[in-house]
Amino acid sequence: MATAPLPTRPRIPSGTHAATPPSHAKPAPHRRPGFRREQLSGWGMIAPAAVLLLAFIFIPAILGFGLAFTNARLISPRPIEFVGVDNFARLFTDPTFYRALLNVAYFTVVIVPVQSGLALVMALLINKKFRGVNFFRTVYFLPVVTSMVVVSLLWLFMYRKDGLVNEILSAVSFGLINGPDWLGDPNTAMPAIIILSIWQAAGFHMIIWLAGLQGISGELYEASQLDGTSRWQQFRYVTWPGLFHTRSLVLVTITIQALGLFDQISVMTQGGPMDSTTTIIYEAVQSGYRQQETSYASAISLVFFVLVLIVSAVQRYLTREKD
Amino acid sequence: MNTKLTKVLATSIAAVALTATLAGCGKGSASSSTEGSGEIALWTHNAGNPDELAAVQKIVDSYNSSQDKVKIKVQAFPQDSYNDSVVSAAAAGNLPCIVDIDGPNVPNWAWAGYLKPLELKADLSKQLPSTVAEWDGKPYAVGYYDVALAMMARTSDLKAAGVRVATMEKPWTKEEFQDALTKLKALGKWEYPLDLGTAGTGEWLPYAYSPFLQSFGGDLVNRDGFQSADGALNGDKAVQWAEWFRGLADQGFMAKKSGKDSTQDFLNNKSAIVYTGSWAADKAKAALGEDLVVMPPVDLGEGPKIGGASWQWGVTSKCSNSEAAMDYLSYSLKPENVAAVAKATGAIPASNEAAAQIPAFAEGGANRIFMDFSRKYAVMRPETPAYPFIATEYGKAVQDILNGADAKSTLDNAVKAIDANIKSNGGYKN
Repeated sequence: MATAPLPTRPRIPSGTHAATPPSHAKPAPHRRPGFRREQLSGWGMIAPAAVLLLAFIFIPAILGFGLAFTNARLISPRPIEFVGVDNFARLFTDPTFYRALLNVAYFTVVIVPVQSGLALVMALLINKKFRGVNFFRTVYFLPVVTSMVVVSLLWLFMYRKDGLVNEILSAVSFGLINGPDWLGDPNTAMPAIIILSIWQAAGFHMIIWLAGLQGISGELYEASQLDGTSRWQQFRYVTWPGLFHTRSLVLVTITIQALGLFDQISVMTQGGPMDSTTTIIYEAVQSGYRQQETSYASAISLVFFVLVLIVSAVQRYLTREKD
Repeated sequence: MNTKLTKVLATSIAAVALTATLAGCGKGSASSSTEGSGEIALWTHNAGNPDELAAVQKIVDSYNSSQDKVKIKVQAFPQDSYNDSVVSAAAAGNLPCIVDIDGPNVPNWAWAGYLKPLELKADLSKQLPSTVAEWDGKPYAVGYYDVALAMMARTSDLKAAGVRVATMEKPWTKEEFQDALTKLKALGKWEYPLDLGTAGTGEWLPYAYSPFLQSFGGDLVNRDGFQSADGALNGDKAVQWAEWFRGLADQGFMAKKSGKDSTQDFLNNKSAIVYTGSWAADKAKAALGEDLVVMPPVDLGEGPKIGGASWQWGVTSKCSNSEAAMDYLSYSLKPENVAAVAKATGAIPASNEAAAQIPAFAEGGANRIFMDFSRKYAVMRPETPAYPFIATEYGKAVQDILNGADAKSTLDNAVKAIDANIKSNGGYKN
């Protein structure tokens, strides 16, 4: 990481825009046409991304919200009819949906602190200058580069009754521990998926933490050293406050990622055993494609959207800058 | 100043180009399947199965050279994405003329208006019944082959355990099966003597396990009108089936989750009895020779049952030259063509004439027994457009029951979901 530590955190908004006009420094009457042209080129630059976003994100999302109130199906000769809140009525009386909510909550509540904490510890460990630090950075980051589907397939074998995990457990305990069929047991399936998910994704958040750590000015550490702080005090009063913005970012990204749990489930357990690992997104895909109920899947997606919105809003409120 | 103008220009050009490409994409895919005069597209799922694809291609080639009015063009897809490709093509109105379809999906696609009833010159009554998919009294698809489920074991193992070999005249009863498993387990050679392929997912679950349910006297849905599953899937017979099935795992006769490849596990002597299809027969025969014995599935009350119907061919409703498409299908059903595909897939040929051309399936051949199973035991998966939904609900119920869920309430839930689905689709009536 060659970036020099910045003395203060830059306030990005307004800075970049304001920077261009002065360099052209024109008298007031001439500003108008130039301004218009600038605006035009601005719109021109937004256009490609905007068109794609509109076509592939916003329009489908709005259509999806509309479909949730109809009886649309993937394959059907029947005309689409407006059915009001039927889909939602069905959804809120479906025990599988509540189970999915519970599973996602469980997953998120464990993943958010553990994964971000672990990532921070890893970042602190490799935020030092010593020989071979790049080796460790690479090793920690390696699982992130591998696709989640590939990781899931590999762990599928490791979690088998006679798989690597149980073999290791048995070897280190001299045959005392006889591991379960991790993914086949309703009690261990979700924890098994949590461990794998943390292993795969922690490296990514480690990099974000690392960027945050390197953004903290070295002078602050020098000053605290002169004041004779202990290492814990240094972390508590220099590092931790310095990571304020990084913290919010990590928190929000992990939460949203956790709420959208799908890949691992789809590859490893298909929601089973006995719904112990099913999730909201998995249910939506299952009913939308395999069961062909487009409208019901849209209703699930709409509820999921609202949930994510609420969770993000609460997080935003809790992590706001208290001035 | 000028640089700015060029910038604006460049971005606008880029934007225009982008929209043009997007529009072009739409057009491109649309034109790919609009058939030129005399060219007919045929879609098949077996891009991942070179033997079968080659056999189909050969039929197409010989048809193309037999006349000069139309040319069939084969387009192969991987099986995993095949159904999605057809559904999205249908949504965009770009279906090819001829498609292949997994048998149980035919009513769903026919109901959706994808397919038109077959009007073939070939005589469909000569076909193995499970290779013709009918819905609403009309044939919509026809196949070259079927597959049959069976139980395979080693004669030597059965002898060692003192267990009788089951035959078509006298299949195992439920009690005999229980007794056989107890004796085999007592030999101590296998952790689980039985392998029903419980690691399977998707369509395997209804294909493999609904015949057991039917042998008990239950079913996936009431076949009289197909309006409800109540009583069929959650009646006493169905609960008995669920408890029996669960019991096999509870008594340690089979794993709740078997290995990935049941046939291989059986050949490696990790199980004594494997429940698998005719597709595994040649491999097992090559490995075990005379020691291999192929037995009918257990008679759980209503006689042994197996699932019927494999991949079949249909003509789409918007096909502009359906006459030619029908003509091709009739041509392709000639015994030598059927035999060629069946040979390539190792499956049961769809007619006796075709079977006569394959030594293993000819009268007295080593694999003839599968054809007999198919004729005698095959039960079609319910011929209703609701089938894809029923299949997923049943599959989930099977897995939950195996993992210890209460049989009655699990089946009740499945029935509730299925009935709600049928109702919300207006009973899947035309």
